[in-house]
Amino acid sequence: MAEKKSTRQAYGEYLVKLGEKNQNLVVLDADLSGATKTNIFKNACPERHFNVGIAEANLMGMAAGLATAGKIPFASTFAIFGAGRAYEIIRNSICYPKLNVKIALTHSGISVGEDGGSHQSIEDIALMRVIPNMTVLSPADAIETEKMMDAAMAINGPVYIRLGRSDVPVLFDESYQFEVGKAGLLKSGEDVTIIATGLMVGPALEAAELLKTEGVSARVLNMGSIKPIDVEAIEDAAINTGAIVTAEEHSIIGGLGSAVAEVLCDVAPVPLERVGVKDVFGQSGKVAPLMEKYGLTAKDIVTAAKKAIERK
Amino acid sequence: MAFLEETVRGIRKDIVKMIGKAASGHPGGSLSSAEILTLLYFEQMNVDENNPKKEDRDRFVLSKGHAAPVLYATLAAKGFFPRAELENLRQLGSILQGHPDMNKVPGVDMSTGSLGQGISVAAGMALAAKMDNKSHQIYALLGDGELQEGLVWEAAMAASHYRLNNLIAFVDNNNLQIDGAICEVMSPFPIDAKFAAFGWNVITVEEGHDFDELRTAVEAAKKSADKPTVIICKTVKGKCVSFMENNAGWHGKGPNADEVKQALAELEA
Repeated sequence: MAEKKSTRQAYGEYLVKLGEKNQNLVVLDADLSGATKTNIFKNACPERHFNVGIAEANLMGMAAGLATAGKIPFASTFAIFGAGRAYEIIRNSICYPKLNVKIALTHSGISVGEDGGSHQSIEDIALMRVIPNMTVLSPADAIETEKMMDAAMAINGPVYIRLGRSDVPVLFDESYQFEVGKAGLLKSGEDVTIIATGLMVGPALEAAELLKTEGVSARVLNMGSIKPIDVEAIEDAAINTGAIVTAEEHSIIGGLGSAVAEVLCDVAPVPLERVGVKDVFGQSGKVAPLMEKYGLTAKDIVTAAKKAIERK
Repeated sequence: MAFLEETVRGIRKDIVKMIGKAASGHPGGSLSSAEILTLLYFEQMNVDENNPKKEDRDRFVLSKGHAAPVLYATLAAKGFFPRAELENLRQLGSILQGHPDMNKVPGVDMSTGSLGQGISVAAGMALAAKMDNKSHQIYALLGDGELQEGLVWEAAMAASHYRLNNLIAFVDNNNLQIDGAICEVMSPFPIDAKFAAFGWNVITVEEGHDFDELRTAVEAAKKSADKPTVIICKTVKGKCVSFMENNAGWHGKGPNADEVKQALAELEA
């Protein structure tokens, strides 16, 4: 069994390393530093950690102000409060002036678990993706989280990093290279391409193995960079495999599936099946049964892949 | 003193002219805050029109971003960009957007327009200055209607919590918002007691168009030991243009050619 770690844990730990390298890095949290793991940074560097209290709008506004003065703020809370409640502050005070704020939101998706539908953000990718100047990154594991944080630091502008609560297998090793705007080819295949992001990358690889036992050759792409998205990789997948499945722990409206559909209709329309939350709110429960209930398993990806192939 | 009076008169004329030319914009709240900006940019603030991004400059955040014309007129008068540019207010391709854009206009420290956000950003600027042991001031201008935004109070709480005595916020208390009198739409009163309860140093300026009173307030605010300061300025919406004064109808519309003529005649008088 591969090592497991949540992307929020990787985020908190790697903040410490980034903060050592760059003295301008500051971290802001809104009373969730234990859950977002920014408390790891707080313990290492208390003078650069600010807890603004339960005030997500002000979290984003103050982050913008700090950025005008050359600081590089990482602003963290749960995805639903950051991308949802503070949406318009992110839009008008961070993205419109293109300020150098990194918005790292945890507890995205259904895998929040027991807290239930009020806390399970299934629309944050859509909300962040639609804003001009925003880069949207969605790591699949702990290693990719670190690489994306490096990439975010190299961008002089707003970046959204979508993080999760639950432990997920570590898929990559230190040699893994991440590039903004580039998909990672995890598995070659000819009959269908599975494009996955975040914690659905693991199930996507599993699905490819299951399909193989049935004689179906599936390509697997890790789309960690949702915006900008890798148009070339999607076009190549469409032309050379003829059918596509997207897999994300997000609403099928506005997220990765929509982003891929937008590219396909521009460059190479082929059958597309979207695995994701089907325009419903989540609910309380353990993570594994929730993922089953909302159709977010390897099995669901297999079913979708077959359907996409049939539609060719 | 005569210099400030002459300067503010010119700024008011430019406000009326540019909004008239654009045939849209917000004259009422621009005219009510003209003395505040004039005092800041022509006397109080350490800014350099030839080096708008100077690192240790004082900052100004127009949290009531719809009053962009007063900021543009003031910056142009100060020499940040040519006054001729004012004629392009709100025109396609202009640097002078309907609400201020920090990436387009030399001298604008923050893009604003969505109410409540500027004061939060200003608090972040003040926190950054504290972290770096810088001594420059962060000024912000809020509308009184803007105080209805919840974010103002989130920011107010944070500013006192972090002891941001380098933050000085003005409230342009002209008593009117788009839909009418602020006390009828949604009363923010008592403004002074609210800010005091949030831990701020509170100064009230009874005559918000009097440079001496404003100066006294700013000088006192700069001496605040460990609290942010709010200077509540009692002002007249549409000040110095008779038909605009105390009239909510002039919150957000442009005067026609005759109205511009009359307004300019009054300002010349």
